[in-house]
Amino acid sequence: MRWKTLEYSGWGRSHRARGDLARPERRADLARICAETPAPAIGMRRSYGDAATNDAGRAIDMTRLDRMTGFDPDAGLLEVEAGTRLGEIAAALAPRGWLPAVLPGTGFATVGGAIAQDVHGKNHHHAGSFGQHVESLTLLQGGATVEVAPGTDLFLATLGGLGQTGVIVSARLRLMRVPGAAMEVRETRAAHWSDHLAALERSDAPYCVGWIDATATGATLGRGIVEEARHSAGPVAAQTRARKVALDAPGLALSAPVVRAFNAAYFNRIPPAGRTRLRALPDFFFPLDRLHDWNRLYGKRGFHQFQCVVPPGAAKALREMLEAVAASGLASPLAVLKRMGPGRAGMLSFPMAGWTLAIDFPNGPAARDLIARLEAMALAAEGRIYLAKDALAAPATIRAMYPELGAWAHEAARADPQGYLATDLVRRLQLRAPA
Amino acid sequence: MSDTWIILGATSAMARAFARSLAAEGAGLLLAGRDGAELALLAQDCRLRGARLAEAMAFDTRDAATFAALIARAAAEPGPISAAVFAGSMPPQAAIDADPALIEGVVADNFAGPARFLQMLAPVIEARGAGTVVGVGSVAGDRGRLGNYVYGAAKAGFHAYLSGLRNRLGRAGGHVVTVKPGFVDTAMTWGLPGMFLVARPEAVAADIRSAILRRRNVIYTPFFWRWIMLIIRTIPEPIFKKLKI
Ligand SMILES: Cc1cc2nc3c(=O)[nH]c(=O)nc-3n(C[C@H](O)[C@H](O)[C@H](O)COP(=O)(O)OP(=O)(O)OC[C@H]3O[C@@H](n4cnc5c(N)ncnc54)[C@H](O)[C@@H]3O)c2cc1C
Ligand SMILES: NC(=O)c1ccc[n+]([C@@H]2O[C@H](COP(=O)([O-])OP(=O)(O)OC[C@H]3O[C@@H](n4cnc5c(N)ncnc54)[C@H](OP(=O)(O)O)[C@@H]3O)[C@@H](O)[C@H]2O)c1
Repeated sequence: MRWKTLEYSGWGRSHRARGDLARPERRADLARICAETPAPAIGMRRSYGDAATNDAGRAIDMTRLDRMTGFDPDAGLLEVEAGTRLGEIAAALAPRGWLPAVLPGTGFATVGGAIAQDVHGKNHHHAGSFGQHVESLTLLQGGATVEVAPGTDLFLATLGGLGQTGVIVSARLRLMRVPGAAMEVRETRAAHWSDHLAALERSDAPYCVGWIDATATGATLGRGIVEEARHSAGPVAAQTRARKVALDAPGLALSAPVVRAFNAAYFNRIPPAGRTRLRALPDFFFPLDRLHDWNRLYGKRGFHQFQCVVPPGAAKALREMLEAVAASGLASPLAVLKRMGPGRAGMLSFPMAGWTLAIDFPNGPAARDLIARLEAMALAAEGRIYLAKDALAAPATIRAMYPELGAWAHEAARADPQGYLATDLVRRLQLRAPA
Repeated sequence: MSDTWIILGATSAMARAFARSLAAEGAGLLLAGRDGAELALLAQDCRLRGARLAEAMAFDTRDAATFAALIARAAAEPGPISAAVFAGSMPPQAAIDADPALIEGVVADNFAGPARFLQMLAPVIEARGAGTVVGVGSVAGDRGRLGNYVYGAAKAGFHAYLSGLRNRLGRAGGHVVTVKPGFVDTAMTWGLPGMFLVARPEAVAADIRSAILRRRNVIYTPFFWRWIMLIIRTIPEPIFKKLKI
């Protein structure tokens, strides 16, 4: 297998790594690499920080092992290779009435990445996390192939387990029946924070998410748009054409006045009485995928996403976070509020019942300070931050937020005693250090 | 009914993308090569994406005994039979310099094997009065260069063969598309030094699909390689022979 020396990064581009990547296109090549030169597996690197990088080391790019290898329509079970992008599965099977039960906000995420981060979607409060729909999976641990079934400690350590228990080769997913490839989407304005929370709480739609204008302050703090959706048989609206950001944007592109103006226009685009539209499936699930390489809008220094979840009673803490963000003038247009259910599949899974808030910030000293404050607020509210988004946290913070970390580290050590699978994130947060 | 496609070298990433785009339209696919396990996985994938038929078939450019069964299997399908040749190999020029016997394999994989196969298929296409042949050559076949002239020579031979085959099949309702890719992001080029303007296999597959629809004769993919190669072909030999490109 040839290795390619590359400089690469996570989606946020704030942290860069240099190392050798293999990209096997055949199962046998993957097996040989795992047996001879074990290294962490990575997917499409849609994790924002350093979860999918291994600076000065090796990594296995899984994206060419991307075949759907079996489907049982009676059970709705899809057998699929770990490098398959979720958007590809949706595009191939939705027209025939099947969809992964959980889809994150980007269709570029791979099955392996979705398992290793136990991702959630806009339907988390109903459907739970991605891992809860995994029927079984196949791991390569060095030279050994291991079938992993739900209920085992190895399963619990692999779901949300950041690739530390072995290379996920393939998985069997329980798909969901859908009437077609269209979505009926209702958008309504929320005038301020309590209005916004109430609308999310009230909603009985299978999918529900709030976009927040994180530049709004005072009486309009927390204003935004509540998006509710359900599956529909169509007719399917034409899909919006993809475009590409070809260059790193100059700093001005997402400066405070630009963001304020953009957000106001984005808010006002929805009529006061709301609107309902039929959308193509990817336009609803993966709205940002239409702009390829949009992370370059943040320029060379990259950006961060802060995402936390706090318990149901602690929504006030999110309001305080939003106040701090609005006062900082650092927010970007991307800020999302969601209700979360209790569903989670593994020891290090992010989701818990409550409220989750995600906000992007251009990278810089002020943003890093602000994110540190937001992390402290999340911790104080007995919440946690999402490792798929993190590039900045300290080991003690994560230890306090993830009570099952010790048990997880024990399983990871059993699966990979030499620590071959450690990534930059795992080292930074000392996740595998014995408690 | 849509064509039945024989895909030689179906384990190539370019071939995979090409097969998938055909599968989505319900085509029949005979996925041929030496790696049966991989071909079986791809066949499953293509069926799930809508192929009305997708089977793994044995094919080795260096073993003509594998050819007849593949052609017979295709001929058992009704409707037009088409073929796309992605099979090929590119050992480093230095390895060939060290062991000139490698030339035989390079010629077999990139030219002689596929040509002999297509020669056997041609009567089927003529008899049905329809069918397309896609032959993947390379910009490397446009001019022999220091870095890979044996590979380039085999591809040049294949180009000339395809041009003649086009002349022949065109008279019987068939068509031949010669495809000359520049650098493509596949297992062949992963980690090689000196790659630039590397294209995605999906983009190459899309170019090939549109060339088939428009009955193009010779395409460069991505398109700008036509102009790069025009310049390279225009450099006078006294100068060219001193260049290291
Ligand atoms: C625009 C955007 C929207 C997003 N929206 C959401 C959302 O709504 N909900 C949500 O939960 N997340 C969301 N995310 C985060 C994203 O879903 C996760 O980071 C996901 O893990 C990305 O998948 P990937 O294939 O890129 O994995 P990578 O980022 O490449 O890898 C993630 C982790 O998985 C491990 N891994 C990957 N493949 C394997 C394998 N085969 N075997 C073992 N380990 C492996 C890696 O080592 C790493 O630890 C979003 C990201 C973006 C960019
Ligand atoms: N990548 C580039 O930049 C580039 C540029 C120009 C042209 N090309 C051409 O594009 C085609 C596809 O190549 P690729 O880049 O995708 O590389 P690849 O992954 O190495 O694909 C080569 C294909 O050829 C098959 N093959 C090799 N030897 C064979 C044999 N003896 N018998 C039967 N099949 C054989 C392989 O199949 P099995 O090994 O599975 O049997 C594989 O499917 C090749 O013709 C190549 O020369 C590539």
